[in-house]
Amino acid sequence: MNATLALEDGSWYRGVAAGAHGETAGEVVFNTSMTGYQEVLTDPSYSGQIVTMTAPQIGNYGVAPGDAESQAPRVAGFIMREESPVASNWRAEGTLRDYLIAHNIVAIADIDTRALTRVLRTAGVMRGVIATGQVDPDELAEKARAIPTIEGSDLVRGVTCERSYAWRDRAPTAGNADHAEFGLPPARRASRRLCVAAYDFGVKWNILRRLDAYGCDVQVFPADAPAADLLAAGPDGIFLSNGPGDPAALTYAIDNVRELVNADTPPMFGICLGHQILGLAVGGQTFKLKFGHRGANHPVKELSSGKVEITSQNHGFAVDPNSLPADVRVTHLNLYDGTVEGFRHTTRPIFSVQYHPEASPGPHDADYLFQRFLESMEKR
Amino acid sequence: MPKRTDIKRVLVIGSGPIVIGQACEFDYSGTQACKALRAEGLEVVLVNSNPATIMTDPEMADRTYVEPLTPEMAEAIIEKERPDAVLPTVGGQTALNLAVALAERGTLAKRGIRLIGASIEAIKVAEDRLLFRDAMREIGIEVPTSGIAKTLDQALSVVDEVGFPAIIRPSFTLGGVGGGIAYNIEEFRELAGRGLDLSPVHEILVEESVIGWKEFELEVMRDVADNFVVICSIENVDPMGVHTGDSVTVAPALTLTDKEYQRMRDMARRIIRRVGVETGGSNIQFAIDPESGRIVAIEMNPRVSRSSALASKATGFPIAKIAAKLALGYHLDEIPNDITRLTPASFEPTIDYVVVKFPRWNFEKFPQADRTLTTQMKSVGEAMAIGRTFKEAFLKAVRSLELGKFGSLFPTAPDDASDDAEDETALRKRLLVPNDRRMWALFRALRRGWTVETLNELTRIDPWFLQQFAEIEALRRMAALGEFRAMSPDLLRTLKRAGFSDAEIAAVHGVGEDLVRQRRMEEGLVTAYKRIDTCAAEFESFTPYMYGTYEQACEADPTLHKKVVILGSGPNRIGQGIEFDYCCCHAVFGFREEGFETVMVNCNPETVSTDYDTADRLYFEPLTFEDVMAIIERERSGGGSVSCVVQFGGQTPLKLALALQEAGVQILGTSPDSIDLAEDRRRFSQLLWDLGVPQPSSGTAISREEAREAAERIGYPVVVRPSYVLGGRGMAIVFDAGALDRYMIGAVDVSHDRPVLIDRFLEDAFEFDVDAVADASGAVVIGGIMEHIEEAGIHSGDSSCVVPPFMVAERHLVTIRDYTRRIARALKVVGLMNIQYAIKDDTVYVLEVNPRSSRTVPYISKATGVPLAKIAARISAGKTLAELGLVEDLEVHGVFVKSPVFPWVRFPGVDTILGPEMKSTGEVMGCAENFGAAFGKAMMGAAQRLPETGCVFISVNNSDKQTVLPIARDLAQLGFALTATRGTAAFLRAHGIDVDVVYKVNEGRPNVADQIVNKKIDLVINTPLGRDSFFDDRSVRRAATMAQVPCITTLTGASAAVSAIKALRSQTLTVRSLQDYYAGVEAGA
Ligand SMILES: Nc1ncnc2c1ncn2[C@@H]1O[C@H](COP(=O)(O)OP(=O)(O)O)[C@@H](O)[C@H]1O
Ligand SMILES: Nc1ncnc2c1ncn2[C@@H]1O[C@H](COP(=O)(O)OP(=O)(O)O)[C@@H](O)[C@H]1O
Ligand SMILES: [Mg+2]
Ligand SMILES: [Mg+2]
Repeated sequence: MNATLALEDGSWYRGVAAGAHGETAGEVVFNTSMTGYQEVLTDPSYSGQIVTMTAPQIGNYGVAPGDAESQAPRVAGFIMREESPVASNWRAEGTLRDYLIAHNIVAIADIDTRALTRVLRTAGVMRGVIATGQVDPDELAEKARAIPTIEGSDLVRGVTCERSYAWRDRAPTAGNADHAEFGLPPARRASRRLCVAAYDFGVKWNILRRLDAYGCDVQVFPADAPAADLLAAGPDGIFLSNGPGDPAALTYAIDNVRELVNADTPPMFGICLGHQILGLAVGGQTFKLKFGHRGANHPVKELSSGKVEITSQNHGFAVDPNSLPADVRVTHLNLYDGTVEGFRHTTRPIFSVQYHPEASPGPHDADYLFQRFLESMEKR
Repeated sequence: MPKRTDIKRVLVIGSGPIVIGQACEFDYSGTQACKALRAEGLEVVLVNSNPATIMTDPEMADRTYVEPLTPEMAEAIIEKERPDAVLPTVGGQTALNLAVALAERGTLAKRGIRLIGASIEAIKVAEDRLLFRDAMREIGIEVPTSGIAKTLDQALSVVDEVGFPAIIRPSFTLGGVGGGIAYNIEEFRELAGRGLDLSPVHEILVEESVIGWKEFELEVMRDVADNFVVICSIENVDPMGVHTGDSVTVAPALTLTDKEYQRMRDMARRIIRRVGVETGGSNIQFAIDPESGRIVAIEMNPRVSRSSALASKATGFPIAKIAAKLALGYHLDEIPNDITRLTPASFEPTIDYVVVKFPRWNFEKFPQADRTLTTQMKSVGEAMAIGRTFKEAFLKAVRSLELGKFGSLFPTAPDDASDDAEDETALRKRLLVPNDRRMWALFRALRRGWTVETLNELTRIDPWFLQQFAEIEALRRMAALGEFRAMSPDLLRTLKRAGFSDAEIAAVHGVGEDLVRQRRMEEGLVTAYKRIDTCAAEFESFTPYMYGTYEQACEADPTLHKKVVILGSGPNRIGQGIEFDYCCCHAVFGFREEGFETVMVNCNPETVSTDYDTADRLYFEPLTFEDVMAIIERERSGGGSVSCVVQFGGQTPLKLALALQEAGVQILGTSPDSIDLAEDRRRFSQLLWDLGVPQPSSGTAISREEAREAAERIGYPVVVRPSYVLGGRGMAIVFDAGALDRYMIGAVDVSHDRPVLIDRFLEDAFEFDVDAVADASGAVVIGGIMEHIEEAGIHSGDSSCVVPPFMVAERHLVTIRDYTRRIARALKVVGLMNIQYAIKDDTVYVLEVNPRSSRTVPYISKATGVPLAKIAARISAGKTLAELGLVEDLEVHGVFVKSPVFPWVRFPGVDTILGPEMKSTGEVMGCAENFGAAFGKAMMGAAQRLPETGCVFISVNNSDKQTVLPIARDLAQLGFALTATRGTAAFLRAHGIDVDVVYKVNEGRPNVADQIVNKKIDLVINTPLGRDSFFDDRSVRRAATMAQVPCITTLTGASAAVSAIKALRSQTLTVRSLQDYYAGVEAGA
C-alpha cells in the first residue's frame, strides 16, 4: 500500500506503508544512529515526533523485549529507507512491521531519507504528516501546518507515570536488559542499597536499569508530584529524567525543581530534559536548536579532564550558557556545535548532562556519570 | 596536548611487493602517512622495495629508498639517515615484522630511535597468538580455547584438547599463510607441520573451531589521551572459517542489535587498551554465536590494514592519515574532519548507505590449486560498491568484478559449473564447502527454489542476507515475466533501485542493453549521486566523493570547469594490478597541471586513486559502460566540457573505449581506432607487414583442423592463446599436433570474432620490454629498453628485467628504437605505448604492442626519475614532448632490476614453473651500481635469499646441459658444493666438475626432496625436464618453495644468480636513495 509524507513547507515524498494504516502528524526529525531503532521507537522523549532513521536498512534484527525503553513505541510516526520483512536475531520476538502495527504506529518506507534529512538540516525541523493510501499531498501539507508546534506545548503529561511506583516492582515486566551488555559490571556498587527519588518526565528504562545496577532502589514519581513527596521518601539522591518537548512549557516541574535546589536536599542528577529543567530552575534559559541532536556519535568534551566521550543524544532544545548564574559551571561541551552538554552547581552536589549516559542506543562512554552520582550520594 | 616536538625525522616502512594478503592498500595508507607527516613539517625517510607505488615517488618523501625490506638494509638506511623515529604501522605485517627485527638487533636502541604508532610490546601482544590469548583472558574477554605448539608433538597433544575441526594459525604470518582447518588427524599433521615451517618463529596456535559463527571486524582508533572511537564496523557475509580477505563483507554491520554492537565496542576498547596501542588505528575481529549471542575475540592487528583501507573508503574517514597525526601526539579532537571541515575527528562516522566488498580470485591461473576457502587468504584483489540498500550495493559489487560471462548471477546460458547438468548433491557441496564460486551456486540454488532455511543450514550465512538474495532472485523472476516493452515503469524503477544493471535487465529478455537504456531515459530514470560525508548528511560535505544510486535528490552538483574523466583499473588481478593505479594517479597529476578538473572513476577500495584527496572529484562506481556513461552525462550537465581518458587503467578502460566514443564521448590521447588497430591481430599483422617490421609468423583458427593446418605452416613449437587477453590468460606453448588438439578442445570460448591465435614460438630468444611516450606531432621518446633475464616464453610480467640492457648488441638496440618510433607513428599514439620484442638469430621481432600504460611504467619511471604516466597525461591534454622538455630518449644512472614475486606458498600442489601465462602478484626493484648487486637486491626483496655458501642442487634437461656447464663451474669455483641427479651429474663429471649424486624423488630415499626439507640444499637450479621425463621435478620445486629455498627454473636466471652471488660476496651492499641516484651522488656519500 502507498503512503505519503508531506511537510509544512509543501514538499512531499511518496513511499510505501510500513506500519499501521491511517494518518499521523508530528514534528519530523532525523536520528543518525546506525543501531537501536527499537530503543528509539520506545524512547518517550520522541513523543510528538515523527522520526526518520538515516541508516537505510531498518528492522533487520526485529524487536526484542529487553530492548524496549518504555511500555510501547512513543514516536508519532516512523520513516525508513528500507524495511526488513524478516527478523534475524536469536533474541528477536517478532518483526518490526508487526510491532508497529500492534502499537498502531504509522510508518513509511522506500523514500529518499537522505534527501529528507538534508532538507531538515538546512531548513530546520518541520511539522509533517504521514498518511497511508491514496491521499492528496497538498491537503496533508495543509494539515501539517495546522498542528501545534512543539515550542510551548507540554508533552510530558502524555508520557509520565500516573502514580508513584518502585522500579524494582516494575522492572521484571519492564523487560530486563542484560547488563553484561555494558562491557563490565559497574565499577563500584553502593556499599548498601541507596534510595533515589526520580521525577519521571518520560524516563527511559535504561536509566532506571543503570541506577538499579549501581545498587540504587529507585522510587519513580509523576512529573507533577510536589517536591515534598519526593523528600518524604527520604532519598539519598534525586534524579531528574529525560523527556519530550519544550522544557520552558513545564512551569510546574521547574518550580518543583527550584524548590529542591534551594532546600538543602540530597545530591541531584539530571539527564536531557531533566538537565534543561534544572537549567531553568537555577535561573537559566533554554532555546530551540535548528535540527537538534539525535544520534549515537556526538563527541562531547568533559572540560575538567579534556577527555572526549562519544555520546547518545536526543534533544531539540539546549541550555543557553550565558544565561546561567555564577554558582553554576558548565562541565561538558558538544564538539560539533559548542552547545552546553552538562553543568554542575559549584557549592551543592547538583549536576546534569544534556546527553544520555544510559546510552541505549549508543556508546557506554558516559556510564561513569552514574558512578559519580553514586559517590556524591555516599559522601553524605 | 599539541604535537610532540622531539621528532624531526621519521622512517616510514612500506609493505614491499604486492602479495596475496598485502596489496596496494598499503600504498594508500603509506602515501597518506607520508603526506600527513610532511604537512606537519617533518622530514620523511621512506623505504619500500616496491617501485610500483605512489609512496615511492620521489616527491612523496624527502629521502626515498627502494631497497629490500630486510633488517640489514633497513639498518644501513638508519645508519645513513639517522631518523628520530620509525613508523611501522602503515606497512602491513611486513613493516611490523621488520620493526620487531630492528628492535631485537638493538638497532633502534643503539641510535635511540623511538617506534611511533605501536610499541614493540604492543606488536608482540597482538601478533603473538599465545600472548594475545592470555591478554584477553586477563581482561575477561573470551577467546576460543587453544594451545600453542612449537613442535608437531606439542601440536598433537593440544589438538586432543580442542578436538576437531581444529584451526591452525601460525604466529607472525600474513593473511593466514600456513594456516588452515583440519577435520581429521591426517589433515592436522600436514597443516600443523606446514604451519610450523612457515611461521617465522616456528610457532602455531591450535584453536577450537567456531566455524559458522558470524564474523565481525571493528576499525578503531585511539589517541595518547586514551580517546577511543570506532570508525567502522564490518560484517562478514561469509561466516567464520573463511578469511575476512576472502569473504564478501558489508559495512556497517547489519544484523547486530545495539546491545550486541555496544558490547563488542566495549570489548574493542578494552582490547586496544590492554594490547597497549597508544595511538593509531587497529583492526579487531570478533565472532558471535548466532544461537546465543556469545562473543569471542579472534584477533587484533595493531596497525592499519586492508580492512582499515576499506573502512576509510566506506566512511570517508582517512584512518592512515589520522593515525600518522596521532602518532605525533595530536589528540583526535585537535584534528579537523576534512569532509565536514567544521567538526573534529573525535567522532564516530555514521553512514546512510550500504557498502559491499567482494573479493576477486585468480584460480583460473592455478588449475591445480584447491579452490576451497579457508582461514588462509587466497584472493588477489577486491571490488567495493556503494548503494543505498544492501541489494543495490551487492549487485553493483558483483558487476564491478569484471568477470565477464562468469560474473552474471543470473546466467542465461549455463556458466562454469554447467548448471543444467549440476545435480542436487553437487550443488549442495558447492554451498557447503566455501569456494570462490559459492555466491553463484547460491543464486542457482535460489533459482531452483531452495529455501532460505536450507541455504542457511548449508552455508551458515545469516538469514537476513539470504533473504536479501532471495528478494533479488524474486525480482529477476518478476522482470522476466512478459515482454520487455510491456514492463511497467514501476517495475523498471524497482529493478534499478535494487541495483540491476541495464545489461542484466536486457539479458533477462534477450534484448539489447541500449533498448533498456533508451526505455530508462524515456521514464526519466537516471542515476542520482549521493555524497560520502561521514555524518549521514547531518553536516554539509565539502568533498565531492560520490556513489550512484536511484533516488530523488542528486548531490553531484558538477562545476563549470573543463573536466577529464579518468577511468581506473578496477579490482586487482594478476596481470592488472597496482601499476595501473599508479598510472591513473599520475594521470590526475598531469591533467591537473594542464588545468583540467580531474574526475576519477574506480571501484577498488585498496587504491590511492580512490582516495578522495587524489582527484578533484571521485565517483566510487563500477567500470561498466552504463555506470561510466551516467557519470559523464551528469558531469556534462554542469556545463563544462567533459572528455575521457582510457590509456592509464590497463585493459579495463580500453574495453570501454569504442563504446564510449560511439556514444559521443571525446577520448583524449591515442584514438580508440588506433587502440583497436593494435588489439586486432589481423589488422595489426597487416600494419607490421606494411612497416616491414618482423613478427613471428602467425595464424588464427577456430577449429582443430584450422589450428593443425596453421601450425604446420608456421612450424612447431607454437604459442597459442585466445583473442583479447591480458596477462597471458590461457596462453600455452605447444610442441606437437597432439598437444595442439588438446589445447583446442580445452580452449575457452573460441568464436569467429574471437579465434585462437597461433604464433611461431621463438625458442631461446631474448625478450625486451619498451615503454615510450609519443605526441600528436609524431615525436617519440623512449622511456627505457628493459632486457628480460628469462628468455621469451616466460611472461614479461613474470620475468626479471634490467635497465640498462646488459647483454645485447648496440645494433639491436638501434633497431628496437627505430621500430618503436615507426610503430608509434603508424599507430598515431598520443601518450604511452608499450612494446614487447624478442631477438632470435639476430632478428628483432615484435611480440605485441599495447597502446596504453603498462606494468613497467612505474618501474622505468622510478629508474629514470621521469614520471612517464604524468607526461603522457599532459601530452594527451595537448602538450608536445618538446614543450615538456623531452627530446632525448631517457637514461638511467645505475642498474635497476625488477623481479616478480609469486603466490606459490598459498597454493600447495601448484607447479612453480614459469610460462607464457602470468602468475606473479607483484614486483620489487633492486638498485645498485652493477648488475650483480642489483639482481642480488632484487632477489632479496623478492624473499629469494641467494646463498653465499653451501650446496647447490642442479638438474637440467638435455638441451640445457651444455649451457649449465659454465654456471656449475663458477659455482664450484665460488666454493659451493654441488649435487645433481644422475644424468646431470654424469655430464658435469665428464667435464671435470666434482659433484655428488642424489636420488630422484621416485628413485629411493633420502632423495633430493628430503635433502631440501632437511635444509641440506641452499639453492635449486632446475629447468623443466618436459613430458619425456618420469622424474617428478615438480615435487622438487614445491619442496624448495615450501622450505623457502630459492629455486631457479631458467638458465639465464641461473647465470644472473651466479653474478649476483659473486657480487654479494665481493662487496657489502650499500643503500642509496632515489634522490641521490637522480642527482648522480655516489653510494655511501
Ligand atoms: N577459531 C576459529 N574458528 C573458525 N574460524 C576461525 C577461527 N579463527 C580464525 N578463523 C578464521 O580464519 C580467518 C583468519 O584468521 P585471523 O586470526 O584473522 O588471521 P589473519 O592474521 O590471517 O587475519 C578469520 O578471518 C576467520 O574467518
Ligand atoms: N612468438 C613468441 N615466441 C616466444 N615467446 C612468446 C611469443 N609470443 C609471446 N611470447 C611470450 O609470452 C608472453 C606473453 O605474451 P604477450 O603477447 O605479451 O601477452 P600479454 O598480452 O598477456 O602480455 C610474452 O611476454 C613472451 O614471453
Ligand atoms: Mg584477520
Ligand atoms: Mg592478522
